[in-house]
Amino acid sequence: MNSRIVPLLGFALLVVLLVVGLKIADRKTNLPSPLIDKPVPAFDLQVLGNPSQKMSNESLLGKPYLVNFWGSWCVTCRAEHPVVTELARLNAVYIVGMNFRDESDDALAWLKRWGNPYDVSLTDFDGRVSIDFGVYAAPETFLVDPSGTIVFKHLGQLTWDIVQTEILPRVAEMESGS
Amino acid sequence: MKLSKFFILVLTLCLAVTVHAQSAPVQEPMVFESQLQEDRFKQLTQELRCLVCQNQNLADSDAQLAHDLRAEVHEMLIAGNSDDEIKQFMVERYGDFVLYRPPVQQNTYLLWLAPMVLLFIGALILRVNIKKRSALLESTPDETSENKTE
Repeated sequence: MNSRIVPLLGFALLVVLLVVGLKIADRKTNLPSPLIDKPVPAFDLQVLGNPSQKMSNESLLGKPYLVNFWGSWCVTCRAEHPVVTELARLNAVYIVGMNFRDESDDALAWLKRWGNPYDVSLTDFDGRVSIDFGVYAAPETFLVDPSGTIVFKHLGQLTWDIVQTEILPRVAEMESGS
Repeated sequence: MKLSKFFILVLTLCLAVTVHAQSAPVQEPMVFESQLQEDRFKQLTQELRCLVCQNQNLADSDAQLAHDLRAEVHEMLIAGNSDDEIKQFMVERYGDFVLYRPPVQQNTYLLWLAPMVLLFIGALILRVNIKKRSALLESTPDETSENKTE
Protein backbone atom coordinates (compact mmCIF):
# COMPACT_ATOMS: atom_id res chain seq x y z
CA MET A 1 0.00 0.00 0.00
CA ASN A 2 2.70 2.41 1.09
CA SER A 3 4.78 1.65 -1.98
CA ARG A 4 1.91 2.83 -4.18
CA ILE A 5 1.07 5.99 -2.28
CA VAL A 6 4.62 7.37 -2.20
CA PRO A 7 5.09 7.63 -6.00
CA LEU A 8 1.56 9.03 -6.28
CA LEU A 9 2.38 11.71 -3.71
CA GLY A 10 5.58 12.46 -5.57
CA PHE A 11 3.63 12.88 -8.77
CA ALA A 12 1.07 15.13 -7.09
CA LEU A 13 3.91 17.27 -5.75
CA LEU A 14 5.37 17.58 -9.25
CA VAL A 15 1.99 18.64 -10.62
CA VAL A 16 1.69 21.30 -7.92
CA LEU A 17 5.19 22.57 -8.72
CA LEU A 18 4.34 22.70 -12.41
CA VAL A 19 1.15 24.70 -11.82
CA VAL A 20 2.93 27.13 -9.49
CA GLY A 21 5.75 27.48 -12.03
CA LEU A 22 3.31 28.30 -14.80
CA LYS A 23 1.56 30.86 -12.61
CA ILE A 24 4.89 32.54 -11.87
CA ALA A 25 5.87 32.43 -15.54
CA ASP A 26 2.78 34.54 -16.24
CA ARG A 27 4.23 37.28 -14.12
CA LYS A 28 7.68 37.04 -15.71
CA THR A 29 6.61 39.21 -18.62
CA ASN A 30 6.18 42.03 -16.14
CA LEU A 31 9.43 41.96 -14.22
CA PRO A 32 9.82 44.20 -11.22
CA SER A 33 12.08 47.10 -12.05
CA PRO A 34 15.13 47.52 -9.83
CA LEU A 35 14.58 51.27 -10.25
CA ILE A 36 11.49 51.43 -8.03
CA ASP A 37 12.24 53.61 -4.99
CA LYS A 38 15.47 54.75 -6.63
CA PRO A 39 16.22 58.26 -7.89
CA VAL A 40 15.26 58.83 -11.47
CA PRO A 41 18.29 58.41 -13.80
CA ALA A 42 19.90 61.72 -14.73
CA PHE A 43 19.04 63.11 -18.14
CA ASP A 44 19.44 66.38 -19.97
CA LEU A 45 17.78 66.14 -23.35
CA GLN A 46 16.67 68.31 -26.22
CA VAL A 47 13.00 69.13 -26.43
CA LEU A 48 11.37 67.48 -29.42
CA GLY A 49 10.43 70.10 -31.99
CA ASN A 50 12.52 72.73 -30.22
CA PRO A 51 16.13 71.46 -30.25
CA SER A 52 17.57 74.68 -28.88
CA GLN A 53 15.79 74.03 -25.60
CA LYS A 54 16.82 71.34 -23.15
CA MET A 55 15.19 69.75 -20.15
CA SER A 56 16.81 67.80 -17.33
CA ASN A 57 15.59 65.65 -14.46
CA GLU A 58 16.69 68.48 -12.15
CA SER A 59 14.32 70.96 -13.72
CA LEU A 60 11.42 68.56 -13.18
CA LEU A 61 11.96 68.32 -9.42
CA GLY A 62 9.15 69.50 -7.19
CA LYS A 63 6.17 67.97 -8.93
CA PRO A 64 5.04 64.45 -9.73
CA TYR A 65 5.47 63.51 -13.36
CA LEU A 66 5.02 60.60 -15.67
CA VAL A 67 7.77 59.49 -18.04
CA ASN A 68 6.36 57.64 -21.03
CA PHE A 69 8.84 56.06 -23.43
CA TRP A 70 7.50 56.07 -26.96
CA GLY A 71 8.57 56.03 -30.58
CA SER A 72 6.85 56.48 -33.90
CA TRP A 73 8.12 53.00 -34.81
CA CYS A 74 6.36 51.45 -31.85
CA VAL A 75 3.04 49.81 -32.68
CA THR A 76 1.96 49.37 -29.08
CA CYS A 77 2.58 53.07 -28.41
CA ARG A 78 -0.04 53.82 -31.03
CA ALA A 79 -2.36 51.37 -29.26
CA GLU A 80 -1.92 53.02 -25.87
CA HIS A 81 -2.09 56.54 -27.29
CA PRO A 82 -5.84 57.01 -26.54
CA VAL A 83 -5.21 56.13 -22.88
CA VAL A 84 -2.38 58.65 -22.58
CA THR A 85 -4.59 61.22 -24.32
CA GLU A 86 -7.41 60.55 -21.88
CA LEU A 87 -5.00 60.87 -18.94
CA ALA A 88 -3.66 64.14 -20.34
CA ARG A 89 -7.21 65.47 -20.57
CA LEU A 90 -7.61 64.99 -16.81
CA ASN A 91 -4.66 67.32 -16.26
CA ALA A 92 -3.81 65.26 -13.19
CA VAL A 93 -0.12 64.78 -13.79
CA TYR A 94 2.64 66.29 -15.92
CA ILE A 95 3.46 63.90 -18.75
CA VAL A 96 6.94 63.74 -20.23
CA GLY A 97 7.18 61.83 -23.48
CA MET A 98 10.56 60.18 -24.00
CA ASN A 99 10.89 59.84 -27.72
CA PHE A 100 13.64 57.25 -28.00
CA ARG A 101 15.54 55.72 -30.90
CA ASP A 102 13.47 57.77 -33.28
CA GLU A 103 13.93 60.37 -36.00
CA SER A 104 12.58 63.72 -34.87
CA ASP A 105 10.74 64.25 -38.16
CA ASP A 106 8.96 60.92 -37.83
CA ALA A 107 8.17 61.63 -34.19
CA LEU A 108 6.71 65.07 -34.94
CA ALA A 109 4.65 63.65 -37.81
CA TRP A 110 3.34 60.94 -35.45
CA LEU A 111 2.27 63.53 -32.87
CA LYS A 112 0.64 65.64 -35.56
CA ARG A 113 -1.25 62.70 -36.96
CA TRP A 114 -2.54 61.15 -33.74
CA GLY A 115 -2.49 64.16 -31.44
CA ASN A 116 0.04 65.19 -28.82
CA PRO A 117 -0.87 64.13 -25.27
CA TYR A 118 2.52 65.08 -23.82
CA ASP A 119 3.27 68.25 -21.90
CA VAL A 120 6.74 67.94 -23.33
CA SER A 121 8.58 65.37 -25.42
CA LEU A 122 12.32 64.86 -25.10
CA THR A 123 14.63 63.40 -27.70
CA ASP A 124 16.61 60.35 -26.64
CA PHE A 125 17.99 59.72 -30.09
CA ASP A 126 20.58 57.04 -29.33
CA GLY A 127 18.55 55.43 -26.55
CA ARG A 128 21.17 56.17 -23.89
CA VAL A 129 18.64 57.44 -21.39
CA SER A 130 16.33 54.52 -22.13
CA ILE A 131 19.16 52.17 -21.13
CA ASP A 132 19.60 54.07 -17.86
CA PHE A 133 15.87 53.63 -17.24
CA GLY A 134 16.26 49.92 -17.98
CA VAL A 135 13.75 50.14 -20.81
CA TYR A 136 13.65 46.99 -22.89
CA ALA A 137 10.27 47.21 -24.47
CA ALA A 138 8.14 50.07 -25.61
CA PRO A 139 6.08 51.63 -24.34
CA GLU A 140 7.24 51.82 -20.76
CA THR A 141 5.89 54.26 -18.21
CA PHE A 142 7.45 55.53 -14.97
CA LEU A 143 5.83 57.63 -12.28
CA VAL A 144 8.25 59.97 -10.52
CA ASP A 145 7.43 61.74 -7.26
CA PRO A 146 8.29 65.38 -6.46
CA SER A 147 11.59 64.38 -4.85
CA GLY A 148 12.67 62.70 -8.09
CA THR A 149 12.14 59.11 -6.96
CA ILE A 150 10.58 56.48 -9.20
CA VAL A 151 7.54 55.09 -7.41
CA PHE A 152 5.88 53.02 -10.10
CA LYS A 153 6.70 51.46 -13.42
CA HIS A 154 4.50 49.86 -16.01
CA LEU A 155 5.92 47.78 -18.82
CA GLY A 156 4.00 47.64 -22.06
CA GLN A 157 0.72 49.12 -23.07
CA LEU A 158 -0.89 51.43 -20.54
CA THR A 159 -4.54 50.65 -19.90
CA TRP A 160 -7.17 52.82 -18.34
CA ASP A 161 -7.44 50.29 -15.56
CA ILE A 162 -3.77 50.80 -14.64
CA VAL A 163 -4.16 54.57 -14.82
CA GLN A 164 -7.06 54.39 -12.38
CA THR A 165 -5.73 51.79 -9.97
CA GLU A 166 -1.99 52.48 -10.00
CA ILE A 167 -1.20 55.95 -11.29
CA LEU A 168 -3.96 58.33 -10.24
CA PRO A 169 -4.14 57.18 -6.58
CA ARG A 170 -0.37 57.58 -6.23
CA VAL A 171 -0.48 61.05 -7.78
CA ALA A 172 -3.37 62.03 -5.48
CA GLU A 173 -1.37 60.82 -2.49
CA MET A 174 1.64 62.90 -3.51
CA GLU A 175 -0.50 65.99 -4.04
CA SER A 176 -2.11 65.64 -0.61
CA GLY A 177 1.21 64.86 1.04
CA SER A 178 3.01 67.93 -0.26
CA MET B 1 22.14 13.73 -67.50
CA LYS B 2 19.63 16.50 -67.27
CA LEU B 3 18.38 15.17 -63.96
CA SER B 4 21.85 15.14 -62.39
CA LYS B 5 22.40 18.70 -63.50
CA PHE B 6 19.13 19.63 -61.88
CA PHE B 7 20.23 17.98 -58.65
CA ILE B 8 23.50 19.82 -58.66
CA LEU B 9 21.63 23.07 -59.10
CA VAL B 10 19.31 22.27 -56.18
CA LEU B 11 22.25 21.27 -53.98
CA THR B 12 24.11 24.45 -54.83
CA LEU B 13 21.07 26.49 -53.92
CA CYS B 14 20.70 24.66 -50.61
CA LEU B 15 24.33 25.34 -49.85
CA ALA B 16 23.91 29.00 -50.66
CA VAL B 17 20.95 29.21 -48.28
CA THR B 18 22.82 27.51 -45.42
CA VAL B 19 25.84 29.73 -45.87
CA HIS B 20 23.55 32.73 -45.74
CA ALA B 21 21.75 31.46 -42.63
CA GLN B 22 25.03 30.89 -40.82
CA SER B 23 26.16 34.42 -41.34
CA ALA B 24 22.90 35.78 -39.92
CA PRO B 25 23.88 36.87 -36.39
CA VAL B 26 25.45 40.11 -37.46
CA GLN B 27 27.91 41.55 -35.00
CA GLU B 28 29.20 45.03 -35.40
CA PRO B 29 32.97 45.10 -35.83
CA MET B 30 34.60 45.95 -32.54
CA VAL B 31 38.12 46.94 -31.80
CA PHE B 32 39.75 45.67 -28.63
CA GLU B 33 42.99 46.65 -27.01
CA SER B 34 43.99 43.09 -26.24
CA GLN B 35 43.00 39.48 -26.70
CA LEU B 36 42.14 39.33 -23.02
CA GLN B 37 39.70 42.20 -23.41
CA GLU B 38 38.05 40.49 -26.35
CA ASP B 39 37.75 37.25 -24.37
CA ARG B 40 36.15 39.15 -21.50
CA PHE B 41 33.72 40.74 -23.95
CA LYS B 42 32.73 37.33 -25.28
CA GLN B 43 32.34 35.93 -21.79
CA LEU B 44 30.21 38.87 -20.61
CA THR B 45 27.90 38.98 -23.61
CA GLN B 46 27.34 35.27 -23.20
CA GLU B 47 26.40 35.62 -19.56
CA LEU B 48 24.10 38.60 -19.96
CA ARG B 49 20.54 38.13 -21.08
CA CYS B 50 18.94 40.00 -23.92
CA LEU B 51 15.75 41.28 -22.33
CA VAL B 52 13.78 41.68 -25.53
CA CYS B 53 14.17 38.07 -26.56
CA GLN B 54 14.49 36.59 -23.11
CA ASN B 55 15.93 33.22 -23.97
CA GLN B 56 18.89 34.60 -25.86
CA ASN B 57 22.03 36.15 -24.52
CA LEU B 58 23.52 39.42 -25.70
CA ALA B 59 26.02 37.66 -27.92
CA ASP B 60 23.36 35.74 -29.86
CA SER B 61 20.68 38.34 -30.17
CA ASP B 62 20.17 40.63 -33.11
CA ALA B 63 17.65 42.86 -31.32
CA GLN B 64 18.31 46.59 -31.26
CA LEU B 65 18.63 46.55 -27.48
CA ALA B 66 21.23 43.79 -27.69
CA HIS B 67 23.23 45.86 -30.19
CA ASP B 68 23.14 48.84 -27.84
CA LEU B 69 24.01 46.81 -24.76
CA ARG B 70 26.90 45.11 -26.56
CA ALA B 71 28.16 48.57 -27.45
CA GLU B 72 27.75 49.56 -23.80
CA VAL B 73 29.74 46.52 -22.60
CA HIS B 74 32.43 47.25 -25.17
CA GLU B 75 32.66 50.89 -24.12
CA MET B 76 32.89 50.00 -20.45
CA LEU B 77 35.62 47.44 -21.16
CA ILE B 78 37.67 50.00 -23.07
CA ALA B 79 37.11 52.48 -20.24
CA GLY B 80 38.72 49.97 -17.89
CA ASN B 81 35.69 48.77 -15.93
CA SER B 82 35.88 45.36 -14.31
CA ASP B 83 33.54 42.50 -15.19
CA ASP B 84 31.74 42.95 -11.88
CA GLU B 85 31.25 46.65 -12.53
CA ILE B 86 29.74 45.92 -15.92
CA LYS B 87 27.41 43.30 -14.48
CA GLN B 88 26.48 45.71 -11.71
CA PHE B 89 25.64 48.34 -14.34
CA MET B 90 23.25 45.92 -16.01
CA VAL B 91 21.68 44.69 -12.77
CA GLU B 92 21.04 48.27 -11.58
CA ARG B 93 19.00 48.85 -14.71
CA TYR B 94 17.42 45.55 -15.59
CA GLY B 95 17.49 43.58 -12.35
CA ASP B 96 19.02 40.20 -11.52
CA PHE B 97 17.07 38.72 -14.39
CA VAL B 98 19.71 40.06 -16.78
CA LEU B 99 22.25 37.61 -15.36
CA TYR B 100 22.17 34.08 -16.68
CA ARG B 101 24.22 33.01 -13.67
CA PRO B 102 22.12 34.00 -10.67
CA PRO B 103 24.10 35.45 -7.76
CA VAL B 104 24.02 33.68 -4.39
CA GLN B 105 21.88 35.96 -2.25
CA GLN B 106 18.90 35.83 0.06
CA ASN B 107 16.24 35.26 -2.60
CA THR B 108 18.29 32.65 -4.45
CA TYR B 109 19.34 30.47 -1.51
CA LEU B 110 16.54 28.05 -2.33
CA LEU B 111 17.67 27.90 -5.95
CA TRP B 112 21.28 27.15 -5.05
CA LEU B 113 20.69 24.91 -2.03
CA ALA B 114 17.69 22.91 -3.24
CA PRO B 115 19.73 20.49 -5.39
CA MET B 116 22.01 19.67 -2.47
CA VAL B 117 19.06 19.24 -0.09
CA LEU B 118 17.30 17.00 -2.62
CA LEU B 119 20.47 14.96 -3.08
CA PHE B 120 20.73 14.57 0.68
CA ILE B 121 17.09 13.46 0.96
CA GLY B 122 17.66 11.02 -1.89
CA ALA B 123 20.70 9.60 -0.13
CA LEU B 124 18.70 9.18 3.07
CA ILE B 125 15.91 7.32 1.27
CA LEU B 126 18.48 5.13 -0.45
CA ARG B 127 20.13 4.31 2.87
CA VAL B 128 16.85 3.39 4.52
CA ASN B 129 15.90 1.19 1.57
CA ILE B 130 19.24 -0.60 1.50
CA LYS B 131 19.01 -1.28 5.22
CA LYS B 132 15.50 -2.62 4.85
CA ARG B 133 16.45 -4.90 2.01
CA SER B 134 19.57 -6.24 3.61
CA ALA B 135 17.51 -6.95 6.72
CA LEU B 136 14.99 -8.68 4.48
CA LEU B 137 17.71 -10.67 2.73
CA GLU B 138 19.03 -11.92 6.02
CA SER B 139 15.63 -13.23 6.97
CA THR B 140 14.65 -14.61 3.55
CA PRO B 141 16.77 -17.80 3.26
CA ASP B 142 14.24 -19.60 5.47
CA GLU B 143 11.33 -18.32 3.45
CA THR B 144 12.86 -19.36 0.12
CA SER B 145 13.63 -22.79 1.43
CA GLU B 146 10.05 -22.95 2.64
CA ASN B 147 8.84 -21.92 -0.79
CA LYS B 148 10.98 -24.56 -2.45
CA THR B 149 9.63 -27.28 -0.26
CA GLU B 150 6.09 -26.24 -1.13
